[in-house]
Amino acid sequence: MTALLQAAAARAPAARIGMALFVALFFAWLFGPLVLMGITAFNSSAFPRVSPWECFSVEWFEALAGDKALMEGLRNSVVIGLGVVALAVPTGLAGALMLMQVGERARPWYYSVVISPILIPGVVLGISTLVFWDRIGAMFGAGHKTFFYDGVFLTVIGQATFISAYCMLVFISRLQRFNPALHEAALDLGATQLQAFRKVLLPFLKPAIASAAVLAFLASFENYNTTVFTIASESTLTTVLAGKVRYGINPSVSALAVVIAAVTLLFAAVLEVARRRRQRAAAESEKIARGLLRSRTRKKPLLLEPALLMIVTVFVAGAGTAWFAGSIGLEECKAAVLEEKRRDAEERVRTFQQRQMFRRAAPQAN
Amino acid sequence: MTSEVALENVWIRFGDFVAARDINITIRAGEFFSFLGPSGCGKTTLLRAVSGFLEPSEGRVLIGGADMAGIGPNKRPTALIFQNLALFPLMSVWENITFALEVRGVGAARRRKRADELLELIALPGQGDKTVGELSGGQRQRVAIARALAAEPEVLLLDEPLSALDLKLRQRMRTELRDIQRRVGITFIYITHDQGEALTMSDNIAVMREGVIEQVGDGNTLYDRPNTAFVASFVGENNLFRGTVGAAERGAVTVETAAGALRARPATGAALAAGDDAFVFIRPESLRFDDAMEMENRIGAHIQRREFEGSFWQVFLDADGAEQPLKLSMVNDDAAAARRPGQRVTLGFAAELAVATRAGPLAAG
Repeated sequence: MTALLQAAAARAPAARIGMALFVALFFAWLFGPLVLMGITAFNSSAFPRVSPWECFSVEWFEALAGDKALMEGLRNSVVIGLGVVALAVPTGLAGALMLMQVGERARPWYYSVVISPILIPGVVLGISTLVFWDRIGAMFGAGHKTFFYDGVFLTVIGQATFISAYCMLVFISRLQRFNPALHEAALDLGATQLQAFRKVLLPFLKPAIASAAVLAFLASFENYNTTVFTIASESTLTTVLAGKVRYGINPSVSALAVVIAAVTLLFAAVLEVARRRRQRAAAESEKIARGLLRSRTRKKPLLLEPALLMIVTVFVAGAGTAWFAGSIGLEECKAAVLEEKRRDAEERVRTFQQRQMFRRAAPQAN
Repeated sequence: MTSEVALENVWIRFGDFVAARDINITIRAGEFFSFLGPSGCGKTTLLRAVSGFLEPSEGRVLIGGADMAGIGPNKRPTALIFQNLALFPLMSVWENITFALEVRGVGAARRRKRADELLELIALPGQGDKTVGELSGGQRQRVAIARALAAEPEVLLLDEPLSALDLKLRQRMRTELRDIQRRVGITFIYITHDQGEALTMSDNIAVMREGVIEQVGDGNTLYDRPNTAFVASFVGENNLFRGTVGAAERGAVTVETAAGALRARPATGAALAAGDDAFVFIRPESLRFDDAMEMENRIGAHIQRREFEGSFWQVFLDADGAEQPLKLSMVNDDAAAARRPGQRVTLGFAAELAVATRAGPLAAG
């Protein structure tokens, strides 16, 4: 027994190192590609790569801003994303409310039906949206300039079919925590159904509405399968990127990835700070209820939270530094790299020529 | 404004399950009325029928003489205090209290003023800006009452509102509730499974079992003159003897039990006749040590153990022929102190203090 314990103790450091290694590998697998892509955004090389490293530069960010097709796609993606939020969030909420009200026996059936768009391949949704609206348009004898054939409209409709089901899942999980007695209490106190919904249920659902909106926007933003069919002659960020990959890619795509990752991180940080604030407030309430505290501490505006200020500062400073470092001596560095490349090419040409000469000389020797 | 509430031939069914069976009851205006019964007896269902959250399958609900059929909960002159209080967690205390005024379109300034008055009434002055989460259990309880009163109901319905509180607070809130009821003067209909609450607060109590009202009366009547075996065993503590009616006269019956022939007063409406299965009930405080052998009913017993309860002793006895131990309570004096476990004693009780009911279902526990 004692021997066993000793063996375990001796093995413990090894096990810990093994564990650390595993965790490191895991995170490398998760974030390695992202980090590498991030690095390529700052390499002046015309193809996204880490080595050979040429010059530290931010020119690909400038190239990104100047890329008309990409910017057009980005603009469309944002418009479509907002459209999907506007359509999918209310639809998802309605679906979730309905689920709470259908009878016990009908519930599994209803659930399978409304959840099915998530299970159907996006490609199928895309094609069917296209076909469906084409038929509807044809029924009204509408021309190809009408919204029945408009890529942005079709994409919003097509994406919303399954994204509203995502939103519904968010609302269902929130609604399951709603105390139905609150709704009854509102009615009992004289509220109409509409007043009870607006004054009691809606405020309760606010956080879920926010998360459903974010989820819907992100799902729309990154969607390709459905969009590639419904977008028709227009383009979104994903379809432009797909085109680029086919016809040759440059690091401005990496630059875009860095921008998106930075925005996402910033957003996540804001949410986390807001969550902690709520937690603190709840803890304070608890203390007041138990008589340990007299009153709430005054709330600062969210943006003045020290944690958030620090994060924002780090981001701004990071971006500024990169900009500064990227512009200092860039031309000289590039010239040097070019010179080196030229010399390298010359060297190669020379070796090649020598080899040719040698080869030509060899048969004569025979 | 206060209103009478009447239930006429009310039946409530959920599929095959009957939650309320032919309920007929009139609750006087301004009365503190309780429905008392174990969980699942249908009392909450009745309350929901009065508040308008469900329509009776048959029969009528009348408030102030007006038939409530087809009138929704938001149109009835009732306010309900929910078992879990159902305070709106995202509103401040004063917004909670004046919700009923807000949905009627009363302006913020007037609502604020009314909230302050009601906070005064429930002894929470100046606490209007707190959130619900910042209140203790008892304070939340009072805010729920204030919120219901702000709607100016003619009838206040309370669904076991004290069940979530600890014992001390529950006892204090009993007094407070009764106090508030006297001050506002409206009809209170109170649902509880706790007989202590019902007995201390109510003017009248309906004891319910399995969807049926077993008996209606004030606390004293229910305690001293139970009509059925269920009421006798559910309200207060009682000692039970099972047997068969030997002889029935006016005002007294003799029941043959394993502990011997016992004389008792027959329950109202029991209509006991010779040969009927019957129960005899005697309260622990009506049971005496009868060393002088002078009481009408006598039972031999051994003292099993005794418990000291402060102002009185609870003595447990094994009676001859009885299947469960008897309980006897006596004031804490020298005579009580002399009674020791293991002693052989004779117990006695007066026939008019014992009640004979028809054999029937008993309260659990």
